[in-house]
Amino acid sequence: MSIASTSVIQIIPRTRRGVELWLLIVAIAVAVGAYVNIGLTVQDKIPASTGYYAAGIGLLALIAHFALRYRAPYADPVMLPCAVILNGLGVAMIHRIDLGLAAVAEANGRTPKAPAAPQQITWTAVGVVLFLVVILVIRDHRRLQALTYTAGLAGLVLLVLPLIPGLGVNLNGARIWIRLAGMSFQPGEFAKVCLVIFFAGYLVVKRDVLTLAGHRFLGLDLPRARDLGPILIAWAVSLGVLVFESDLGSSLLFFGLFLFLLYVSTERAGWLIIGGLLFAGGAYFAYQTFGHVHRRIQDWLDPFSIDGGQVASGLMGQAWGGVLGRGLGQGRPELTLYGQSDMIISSFAEELGLTGVIAIILIYTLIIERGLRTALGCRDIFGKLVATGLAMSFALQVFVIVGGVTGLIPLTGLATPFMALGGTSLVANWAIIALLLRISDQARRPQTPAAPVSDETIAMAVQKQ
Amino acid sequence: MSELTLTLIKLGFLALLWMFVLAVLSVIRSDLFGAKIDSRTAASLAPNNSRTPKAAKPVKKRKGLPGSVTIADGPQAGVGATLVEEPVIIGRGSDCQIRLDDDYSSTRHSRLFLSEGQWWVEDLGSTNGTYLDGQRVTRPVPAEIGGSIRIGRTTLNIAK
Repeated sequence: MSIASTSVIQIIPRTRRGVELWLLIVAIAVAVGAYVNIGLTVQDKIPASTGYYAAGIGLLALIAHFALRYRAPYADPVMLPCAVILNGLGVAMIHRIDLGLAAVAEANGRTPKAPAAPQQITWTAVGVVLFLVVILVIRDHRRLQALTYTAGLAGLVLLVLPLIPGLGVNLNGARIWIRLAGMSFQPGEFAKVCLVIFFAGYLVVKRDVLTLAGHRFLGLDLPRARDLGPILIAWAVSLGVLVFESDLGSSLLFFGLFLFLLYVSTERAGWLIIGGLLFAGGAYFAYQTFGHVHRRIQDWLDPFSIDGGQVASGLMGQAWGGVLGRGLGQGRPELTLYGQSDMIISSFAEELGLTGVIAIILIYTLIIERGLRTALGCRDIFGKLVATGLAMSFALQVFVIVGGVTGLIPLTGLATPFMALGGTSLVANWAIIALLLRISDQARRPQTPAAPVSDETIAMAVQKQ
Repeated sequence: MSELTLTLIKLGFLALLWMFVLAVLSVIRSDLFGAKIDSRTAASLAPNNSRTPKAAKPVKKRKGLPGSVTIADGPQAGVGATLVEEPVIIGRGSDCQIRLDDDYSSTRHSRLFLSEGQWWVEDLGSTNGTYLDGQRVTRPVPAEIGGSIRIGRTTLNIAK
């Protein structure tokens, strides 16, 4: 089938690593600019640590850049700079709130807590190391397809890890943390990556059955009852996460991811409707049964009914920020509970205003767009689905957390990717970016004339049905 | 520090942040407005376009297994696939063996497959339907040499 190889979307092969380097320099300039700006406004001088901060973030970004240059030369030029700028801005904001919290503690005559920013920089370094490991070890993402069921099992184990007594801990009402060697981790963040690989591998094999079998009802293609199994399992697991770990955010993320991939691989809107109804039913059940879900909804419908509520103070901060913001270092984001983690978008809205938050959301959108573009350009179905899943995981997280903070939907505790304080989430996000870049390297690389591998992969996927 | 300096710093930082966003957008604008095709790619596309549709003249129905399916008209004329053992999927998706550039076809539109010593045409739940010799394909129907499949605005000929 030699003719088939002409049917791949036309992409002019260019490595564009030079462009990436320039964008990285701008990204680092923005991050260092934020740090200096905060020093100037809060402490009235350029902070002495600026040099270390700039050298640290610059070095990490350059290491990642050179790894791409040598191991994935055709990777997308935009994703890495976007990740670096978000990470840098996040560290700067965490540092700024550290300063604010220290000032508050001093005014009240208490000793300030240890600053969180250095910890976040350490985690960034760990994240970049994992990025390197993924880029250097995984030379071809198609290898991951062999690990479909291993990844599925690993994902499930990671999901239930926090439920093991003695290992899991209850923090802020959600049991999604484990404590190991004095440090706490959120295994769900890595479960996300494993489950995307599992869903993609599973759907590559099953999508034909899911697409073709079924009957038409009210203008909708409905699947056969026996094909409903996987979606019911995904639904039950995500409800289980909600019930036993009290975590609205990850429950929504896992089920949403599965539903999206199911829809993308089968093109049947019927799945979305079934999934939407299942989710609505589950959510209503949770609202009726669980106190914390009920409270979250209450806080969303009427944020100002609770004195000093998290959502309310975040909304006040955003309103005070207005269009152009107070300016970095001139707001009071430290007054909002979890201003460094869950509510970091509201801290940015307060100090950078609507203008700044739109820029940040656009940067997320760009990462997601590049991820979906990678999926379009990718030549094998497994790679397409993995790239779509990873990009959608960013999209869902940003939508859920920004929607929650701005009062569009009930607030649930999902980490703002790359920005929020929290090591596991940051490290997992760097791994996701590395995987996306690995797939995009494959997608953008000039096709060898015969393209034997990609054709075989297609034929294999067709035969497997 | 004076109010004016603080305001200038604030606006300067926002401008820097937006500069990054605009720089990224300018890098990926080829996605939004289409990429320029360089001479090398254009040259490789040209022969396909200028080929005259030979398959257009009607072929009598004959016994034997079909050996190929080819687009008969339009800019994609001549594109096709050989029918060996594997099924051939036709549609707009990039994973199809015959990828149509036709807005009226679905991503995975129809399928040709070998079963019981015969090639069959099957519609994969497409929006606009598949037609074999003018008849809408509702269940798998046998594909014979000389038959023509219409998908959206594209006609494909089944040949030996």
